[in-house]
Amino acid sequence: MLHVEGITVGYGGKPVVRDVSFDVAKGEIIGLLGPNGSGKTTVMKTISGILSPENGLVMIDGKDLRTLKPKELARKMAVLPQLHPVTFSQTVKEVVSLGRYPHHGWMSSWSAEDEQAVLEAMDMTGVTDFGELTLDELSGGEQQRVYLAQAFAQKPDLLLLDEPTNHLDLKYQKQLLDLLRKRVVESGLTVVSIFHDVNLAALYCDRLIVLKNGEIIENAQPHAVLREGSMERVYEASVSTQPHPQMPKPQLSLLPEEKSGGAGTVELSDFKFTEAGLMLHVDKPLRSVSSAVLNAGVGWYSRFLNRQVPADYATEDSIGENTEFLESMHMSPTDTVVMMTAVDVSDAVIRHCEFEGGSLIVAVTAGIGNATDVSQTHLMQRSQKIGTVNTWVVINGHLTEEAFLQAMMTATEAKAKAFQAENVIDPFTGTIATGTPTDSILIAATQEASRFNYAGPVTVIGSRIGKTVFEATTEAIRRYRKKASR
Amino acid sequence: MSLGALLVSVWFAVSVGTVKIPFELLWNTSTFPMEAAVLFEIRLPRVLLAGLVGASLAIAGAAFQGLLKNPLADPYTLGVSSGASVGAVAVLFFGISIPFFGMFTLPIVSATAAFLTMLAVLMFSRMIDRSLKMETLILAGIVMTSFLGSVMSLMIALTGEELRSIIGWLLGSVSMRGWPYVWLLLPFFLGGLLVILMNTRELNAMMLGEEKAKHLGVNVNSRKLWLLFSGSVLAGASVAVSGTIGFVGLVVPHMVRRLWGADHRHLVPLSAINGASLLVLCDLVARTIISPTELPIGVITAFIGAPLFGFILWQQRKGGRAHASR
Repeated sequence: MLHVEGITVGYGGKPVVRDVSFDVAKGEIIGLLGPNGSGKTTVMKTISGILSPENGLVMIDGKDLRTLKPKELARKMAVLPQLHPVTFSQTVKEVVSLGRYPHHGWMSSWSAEDEQAVLEAMDMTGVTDFGELTLDELSGGEQQRVYLAQAFAQKPDLLLLDEPTNHLDLKYQKQLLDLLRKRVVESGLTVVSIFHDVNLAALYCDRLIVLKNGEIIENAQPHAVLREGSMERVYEASVSTQPHPQMPKPQLSLLPEEKSGGAGTVELSDFKFTEAGLMLHVDKPLRSVSSAVLNAGVGWYSRFLNRQVPADYATEDSIGENTEFLESMHMSPTDTVVMMTAVDVSDAVIRHCEFEGGSLIVAVTAGIGNATDVSQTHLMQRSQKIGTVNTWVVINGHLTEEAFLQAMMTATEAKAKAFQAENVIDPFTGTIATGTPTDSILIAATQEASRFNYAGPVTVIGSRIGKTVFEATTEAIRRYRKKASR
Repeated sequence: MSLGALLVSVWFAVSVGTVKIPFELLWNTSTFPMEAAVLFEIRLPRVLLAGLVGASLAIAGAAFQGLLKNPLADPYTLGVSSGASVGAVAVLFFGISIPFFGMFTLPIVSATAAFLTMLAVLMFSRMIDRSLKMETLILAGIVMTSFLGSVMSLMIALTGEELRSIIGWLLGSVSMRGWPYVWLLLPFFLGGLLVILMNTRELNAMMLGEEKAKHLGVNVNSRKLWLLFSGSVLAGASVAVSGTIGFVGLVVPHMVRRLWGADHRHLVPLSAINGASLLVLCDLVARTIISPTELPIGVITAFIGAPLFGFILWQQRKGGRAHASR
C-alpha cells in the first residue's frame, strides 16, 4: 500500500529526517511516535506530498508519488492535518462536500453518488446535525470530526492523520479511534497516524514506528515497542509499562521524579482495634495484592479493615454493602481494602519481625469451624458455615511483581503448615485441613527502601514471612479453640 | 434580488442629473433627442464603466481574500492598485505604446504592473512570516503603496504641468471617459471573471488552507498563479480606465459573505453584481451630492470602506482571541 524508501528530508539543506524506510500493508493501522522534533510531522508531510524528499522515494499502490496528478493522489489518500483556525466560515455540509473535489472533472456536476458519499461520511462521524452550521460555530473537537467526514467523503484507500485526538474529549478520542478501526476492518482502509499519546497508539495500532532525531529506532508491534528501557531512551523520562487491564496491549505510565511524602514505615502501632474491626491506617498508600471483599486485586491503598461481622451476616451484594458501610464510617471506599470475619477480631494475632533490609508485620484472625482439606473438597458439596482465616502480611520494603506472588504462596503454605501443626481436622473427611473455603490474604508493601526481587521460602524475606505467618496462625487457631471450648 | 438592485441602480444613475431622463425615453427615443444624446453618449457609458470597474474590483477582492484567507485583502490594501497606477503613469509619462496593442497598451501595462506588484508583496510578506498572517500581508501592502506613491509623485513632479490632470485621475473617477474606455475594460473584465468563475471550487478548498487544498487534490501552485494573475488583471485594467478606487473589493465580498455565505460559487457572481451596483451608486452620489462640483468616486468608496476595514480588523482580532482561548 505505502512504501517509503530511504527518504531524507530537510529544510534549507539541514536534514530533519534521515534515511527513513518503512512499508505499510493494506488494512494496517500504523502509529508514528517520537518526542518533539523527532521528525514525525516531516515524515508525514513527505508522504502526503507537501514536502519533497532530497533522497529516496514514496510509493503509493506501487506508484511513485511524484508521478501522480493531484486529483489522482487525493482519490488514493486523504489527510487530516492538525486544526488551525479558519478565516471564512463555510457550512459543515460545504466543507464535507469538498471531499468530493478529486472525484470531479473539469465541468462534471454533483451526482447522486457524491451526495450519498457526503451524507454517509457525515453520518459516520456524527456531524449530520451540524450540516447547516458554519465551522466557526463549532468546538475544536466538532471541527475535527467535520474534517474527518471530509476525508471519508474523499473515499481514500490511505488516511494520514496528525495527532487526530488533539482537542478531543476522552469520549470523542475513543469514538474517533473506534471509528477508524471500524473503517479499517470493514472497508480495508489503511491508516498512518501521528500520536502524541503513546498509550492510545498502543491500544489502537497494529504497529508502531518510533522516530528519534530523524531516524527510525523502532518498527514493531506495540508489545515489542513499549518496553521500559527503550521508551526511557526515546522520551528521556522514567516510565513503567504494564498490561492494559482488559486488552492484550501494553500501557505506559510516567514515573514522577519526586515520590510524594516522606519515607513511610508501617509500625505495630498503626494497627488499631476499632468498633468496625481491625484497622490499619497508614499515611502513604501501600501497594497491595489481595483477595479481599472490597478493592481486591492489585492497587494502592492506605486503609485496610478486617471487618467484624455478626455470624448471621448475609448480603446479596457484598461490594455494595461494604461500600455503604465504609461511607457510614466516613472512610473512603476507594482507598480501603476490606476483608470480613465473624470470629472475634479482638483475638487477632499481630506479629512483628525484623530482618536484614526490612521488616514485616503479620496479622491473622482465624476461625476453623469450617476447616477443609483442599485436596478432598472435590469429593462432596458442603455448606459454608462461619469460620475463615484472614492473613495480612505488611512489608516495609520494595517488592517486585514476582516477589508479591511468591510472598502470597509462601504465606499460604505457612498457613497450611499451621493447620497441620495444630492438627486441624476437616470434619467431613477426617483428614488434616489446609484452610477454610473463604480464607483471604493480603500482601502489602511500602515499595520503599530495600528491594526484594524474590520472596520464595529460602530468601531472607520469604523465610521470615513463612515463620511469622506460621506462628501467628498457630496462635490464632489456639485462641479460637480456647474461646470455642468455653 | 441582486440583479434587481443592479437594474434599479443603473436606472437611477442614468436618469438623475442636471438633465433629467424620462422613463418613456426607453421606448421613444425620437421625442427626446437631447436627452437621448445625454443618455447614450454621456450617462450610459459612464454608468457601464462604473459598473464594470465595480464588478472587476469586487471579484478581484473576493479572489484575493479567498486565496490568501485574508478578509482585509483587496487590490487597494495589497498595493496592487498602486502598482497598476505606476504602470499607467509610466505609460503616459514616457508615452509608451506597444506595437499591435495600440490603445490597449495602457491596460496591459497596468495589469502587468499590478501582477508584478502582487508577487512582490507576497514574496516580501513570506520573507517576514511564512504563515502569511493577515497583518503582515496588509503591512507589506502599505509598504508597497507608500513606495510606489513616492515613485509616482516623483514622476509627476518631473513632468510639471502636463500631468497635473493625472493627480485627479489618481483619485479615481469614471467621468468623461466615454465608450472607448468601456470597450477597453470589457475584454479584461470578461477574461478575469471567466478564470475566477472556473476556480470557485478551488477557492473554497483553499479557504481551508493551502495544504488542505493540496490534500483535496487541488493543483495549488498553478491555480494560485492563475487566480493571482486574473485578480491582478482585473484590478490593473480597472485602474487603467478609472484610476485608484479603493475598498470596493473589501466592502462587497464582505457584505455578500454576510448575506449569502462564504461559498465562492455564489460569492463570486454575487460580488460581481453587487460590486457593479455599489460603484454605480457611489458614482451617482459623487456627481450629485455637491452638484455641480463632482467628488472623486474614490472619496465615496473610502468613506464606506475605511470604517469597514477597521471593523473587520477589530472583529478578526477579537475572533482570533476567542478561538485561541477555546
